[in-house]
Amino acid sequence: MRLRPHSPRRRSVAIFPAPSRFNLAALQVEFLAEDETIGIIPSLRMDPLHLISGDFGPFRPQISAIVPLWLAIALKKRGKCRIQAPEWMTVERLTEVLEEERQQPQEFRPLPFHYIEISRLLFDHAQDDIPDCYLVRSLIEDIRNVRFHKIEAGLEKLSNKTFAVKLTNLSAMEVNIIRPFTVRTLQALFKHGSDEYHRHSDDRFSQPTVIRVS
Amino acid sequence: MADGEEGAGLEDWTDPSIASSAEVSDAGLLQRAWRNEKLSPELLPFQGELVERVKEQILLEEENLAAFVEESCDELTVSLYRMDLDRTLFMLRSYLRARLLKIEKFALHILTVPEIWERLSSQEQDYAQRFADTLQAHFDSSVLNKLPEGYKSMLKQANSSNENDMIVEPPLDSFVFCKCRRPISAFQLDDKGESIVDMENGDLYIFNYKPIKRLLETDRIELF
Repeated sequence: MRLRPHSPRRRSVAIFPAPSRFNLAALQVEFLAEDETIGIIPSLRMDPLHLISGDFGPFRPQISAIVPLWLAIALKKRGKCRIQAPEWMTVERLTEVLEEERQQPQEFRPLPFHYIEISRLLFDHAQDDIPDCYLVRSLIEDIRNVRFHKIEAGLEKLSNKTFAVKLTNLSAMEVNIIRPFTVRTLQALFKHGSDEYHRHSDDRFSQPTVIRVS
Repeated sequence: MADGEEGAGLEDWTDPSIASSAEVSDAGLLQRAWRNEKLSPELLPFQGELVERVKEQILLEEENLAAFVEESCDELTVSLYRMDLDRTLFMLRSYLRARLLKIEKFALHILTVPEIWERLSSQEQDYAQRFADTLQAHFDSSVLNKLPEGYKSMLKQANSSNENDMIVEPPLDSFVFCKCRRPISAFQLDDKGESIVDMENGDLYIFNYKPIKRLLETDRIELF
């Protein structure tokens, strides 16, 4: 199962694919991630913005400000600011995280919930603001791969006795990718497993489990 | 140096108590309502007051925008306000569309179960009624009137059925991904009392929808 979110290069604000059933499209997860705040260093002067999303500014040249990611990118695209790479997006931090991910086959390291979407957006629009961008990018790719392997391994443990699954430290995009498969699987297991479950008097099968994908 | 982010460890990024104050603003509430509605297998209660407030804010922003354009404010400010407006409009519309999708899917069920009927806004109720009527007329004229007596009902397979077995019901036994908003201790997941969980603030879980329905309605968890 090799699933990757598809992120087209150009996107119009109004067009989001309508996912079937009760799912979110990858672009919609990105839309949610764009509300996360990030630091910028504006190169312009602007009065405070009183938006529905919140109040931001005033903006003064070289004085850092905190704005939602979509706003930061809009300003960056027009050359009106530099974006401050988030604390966690450095070679040192990410190398640590990768090491720890590799050492613990059953657990996930804590990462920002939207780390995949945030890093993708920054790579697309603010490469020059990320020190050692290529290295950071490849580290994040590796982290994603290691984590996804663990997720696949965890999914193999689903059974008809699964009442709940704890997903400690999983991120938004990872959750979104496994959602359709996991929901369908759990539903099918639930439906087909419940009769067997009731008929079995064997003790081995009588304990329901909470699987920890953590 | 961005304030608030100095020395923030990786762990702080996942600490829900540091979650933005955007959680309680209307924009944050709309985002949550949108996510919940998109991901839940059944229709949730209509957030009428929230929608009204958001509509007012949208109108206000549209007026401001028109004023800015009149005064030929700089193009950047105008475009930023426009983006914010577009984003809010998208969320509101998507929220309403997600509901309409479910209304169409489960129209007959909605009309026959009063508890669910209550969850619709008056415009949605109007829509649901007209949709069901149109559906009925269509089925009658294309299929049902041509079937033998005793099989003409849209609600029952045959007049001899005990219940309305042709009505599609929302799949309450589906599974959903949820995030905990308030700590919950010793929550019982099944009727036998064999499966009990303790949930901390911010925990991410996959649950069967039926047992946690109540928690969703009381805002103690949210869907993701």
